[in-house]
Amino acid sequence: MTLVLEAAVLGVLTGGVYALMASGLTLIFGVMRIINVGHGALVVLGAYLSFAASRSLGLDPFLTLVITMPVMFLLGVVLQTVFIRPLKTDREALSVLVTYALALGIEGLLGYFFSANYMQLRAWYDTASFPIGGFRITYVYVFGFLLCLSILGVMFLVLYRTTFGASIRATMLNRTAAQLIGIDVDRVSAVAFGIGMATAAAGGVVFGITTAFNPGSHYDLISRLLTIIVLGGLGSLRGAIVAALIMLVSEDITAVVISPVWATFVFFVILVVVLLVRPQGLYGVRVRERI
Amino acid sequence: MKVARRTAVLRIVGLTAVLGVALALPLIAPDPATTNIAVFTVMYIGLATAWNIMGGYTGYISLGHAAFFGFGAYTLGLLLGHLGIAGGYTAFLLVPVAGLATAVLAVGIGWFALRTRAATFVIVTIAFMFMLQLLAENLVGLTGGGAGLSFPVPPWGGDYFNTPYYYAMLGLAGLGLGISWWIRRSKFGLGLLAIRDDEDKALAVGVPTRAFKLTAFVVSATLVGMIGAVYGYYVTYIYPQFVVDPLIGISMVLMVFLGGLGTLSGPVVGALILEPAQLSLAYNFGATRLYLVLYAAVFLLVILLLPRGIVPSVTDLLTRWRSRTGPSAPAPVKVLTP
Amino acid sequence: MSLLQIENLGKRFGGVVAVDDCSLSVEEGSITGLIGPNGSGKTTVFNLVTGFIPKDTGSVRFKSKSIDGLGPDRIYGLGIGRTFQLARIFPRLTALENMLVPVRRKGLRALFSRADWGHEKLRAMEMLEFLEISHVSNTLGGALSYGQRKLLELGAVMMAEPELVLLDEPAGGVNPALLERIGDRIRRLNARGITFLLVEHNMGFVMNLCSDVVVLHRGRPIASGDPEIVRRDPAVLDAYLGA
Repeated sequence: MTLVLEAAVLGVLTGGVYALMASGLTLIFGVMRIINVGHGALVVLGAYLSFAASRSLGLDPFLTLVITMPVMFLLGVVLQTVFIRPLKTDREALSVLVTYALALGIEGLLGYFFSANYMQLRAWYDTASFPIGGFRITYVYVFGFLLCLSILGVMFLVLYRTTFGASIRATMLNRTAAQLIGIDVDRVSAVAFGIGMATAAAGGVVFGITTAFNPGSHYDLISRLLTIIVLGGLGSLRGAIVAALIMLVSEDITAVVISPVWATFVFFVILVVVLLVRPQGLYGVRVRERI
Repeated sequence: MKVARRTAVLRIVGLTAVLGVALALPLIAPDPATTNIAVFTVMYIGLATAWNIMGGYTGYISLGHAAFFGFGAYTLGLLLGHLGIAGGYTAFLLVPVAGLATAVLAVGIGWFALRTRAATFVIVTIAFMFMLQLLAENLVGLTGGGAGLSFPVPPWGGDYFNTPYYYAMLGLAGLGLGISWWIRRSKFGLGLLAIRDDEDKALAVGVPTRAFKLTAFVVSATLVGMIGAVYGYYVTYIYPQFVVDPLIGISMVLMVFLGGLGTLSGPVVGALILEPAQLSLAYNFGATRLYLVLYAAVFLLVILLLPRGIVPSVTDLLTRWRSRTGPSAPAPVKVLTP
Repeated sequence: MSLLQIENLGKRFGGVVAVDDCSLSVEEGSITGLIGPNGSGKTTVFNLVTGFIPKDTGSVRFKSKSIDGLGPDRIYGLGIGRTFQLARIFPRLTALENMLVPVRRKGLRALFSRADWGHEKLRAMEMLEFLEISHVSNTLGGALSYGQRKLLELGAVMMAEPELVLLDEPAGGVNPALLERIGDRIRRLNARGITFLLVEHNMGFVMNLCSDVVVLHRGRPIASGDPEIVRRDPAVLDAYLGA
């Protein structure tokens, strides 16, 4: 029983990371109506950037965020402007191809610079843990969780308490209407993509500290993230968070109760079951265009 | 209408020439390196054409078609293994069976995935592909898991080895093109195009959209499954991640986009250009990771420079050129209020 | 005979009640107008009747048979066609192809035969001529003017020979000459036996064309009957001025 509880707690803690990464992905979809299939690669990029920064500057991985988040944010703005904004027709389909190409390019570059060996971000305290109930929790998981919580908190504050956040939400609800009331949707889109990238950077650090990764890790990651945002409902931040928690807790419990091999499979099974009942996801809206 | 007659004759002559070359290729250039490239190129012509039946005609982009490719391969491999069929020409006879099995799988996946609209559909197809990959890796008793599955080795060899596979792929590509052509001129195809343009409006005028979409999906998947089966037989040993491979799935999509989504010849053009390019990139740069960067760069250039694809862009140019010269220029389209 | 019978139809979207206990009937052979101030639920009624959105309460009967829960394609097959507020046609298909999509065929073999059967094309061209847009039969839908699209949409809906046609703002965004033409066509089609229910804001158009009128306000009918009488009903005036 304690094993299940431990798995559940771990699920919540890792769920926080996935919630952060998924919220960036779903935000990008909501604002630009594109599926950023490269989001996994961006997280991995963030992990590698943190690795490089902590190695060369001797910084604690969490502290590298001070550098990597702004860098990734700017990179996001540039990528959106150069590769995504020019897509006028067939946006949804082409953006998938473009972001996939970006993912491949990133995978190639990372492989070239860092080799295909597995890495993990290290901190001097990364094996330290504290006891709770009948088991132990590693500190890094808690730090990561708190980090994700705070960034999500900031995101919500920006979205719901600032004017710019309101313009992001307006663009998400109705792009044309937002343009009509004077919102610069191109700028909003670029910034949203930047925010998505920044969350990927943060996610990258926590992901990198808790999991071994290599340039090819983005496939597994993106398949999970995509499943999460569909489960939560495309474009819904609340949905992404709830879905991430459900998925990770279920996965970790399955790993303990059944076997780790089938744990990832449970992910998809949950998706299938939910979509049977609610094709639009937990918090999604049934879209009927222009009736 | 002399011009129309002339174009029709040119078309028939051109097609016959292409067909002739295609059929005679192993005789013209029998060296294994060339026939190997030919096998893969024709394979992708078939894959792109098959994918286009769903993605191009209905507008529903499936990024999980690699699932059907791998499923077809595994099905044939398992059939050959369990039925104890030795390598040889008879093995090819079971390819349609693999296709049938893939069709059944596609009905299941399609029924489910098509409950959602376009954006979610893409992701659901990706999810199913990864599910299948996981199953292939973990159902070790059935598929051999990470250790892979072997196919019986055929008795023919040497320089001749590739040739039967080439014709098998050519046959499937021809089948795919035939089906695609037939669908396009049929009432069914008109319904698919209507769905692509405006699905709700299609519903409003009586098109049974779910049934139509599912049919297109299953037809597309079955062809891909059969091609996957031949592929498995060709490479004689398959692994989960190389046969349920997202790169294969995305390549066929890119080829259709390059050539022209929804056109008949677009997928062919796309495959003819990209596959040899892909193979030479892999050959020359495969060792280093930079291969992926180059591939991505090609990818991005194609999408950003030719968003509509080659065939529609060229057709447009030709129409505009023809309307400026020649006696039978078409009358300008009147776009005035009645 | 009442062709379409709507009883206690209700629909809410979150906290907003769009259609509220709405009951009305459309007489066979009539041209009935469904009018009311903006936001009174007219298009929602259309969407509910044609199966585009599920209803919360009530029932809809067509030719005395319930059509509750059927999808839009089945409903069109039963004989109810509809047009949309902003004329919707298939932009990448030619006008002629637009006309051929709705044509009904029986059997799988027919389904996989050529899309352009001779007698179907003939019928389509006849309808296009009737609407005076036959000269654009080979033009892509996306290249047509708005007026041409409206006519095309009407023509296409007719191809499956529906008995009842729901027109959503047929006069919307249309110049007076074209308006005259649209009205005339509707009258002529009505003379051939087709019943119309139209949602419209253009009062002149409604008065000229409709034999019956139903007024909707805040999702429920507040008056119905002869147009001349209804327009003078104080409740109706109040609804329009108050809203």
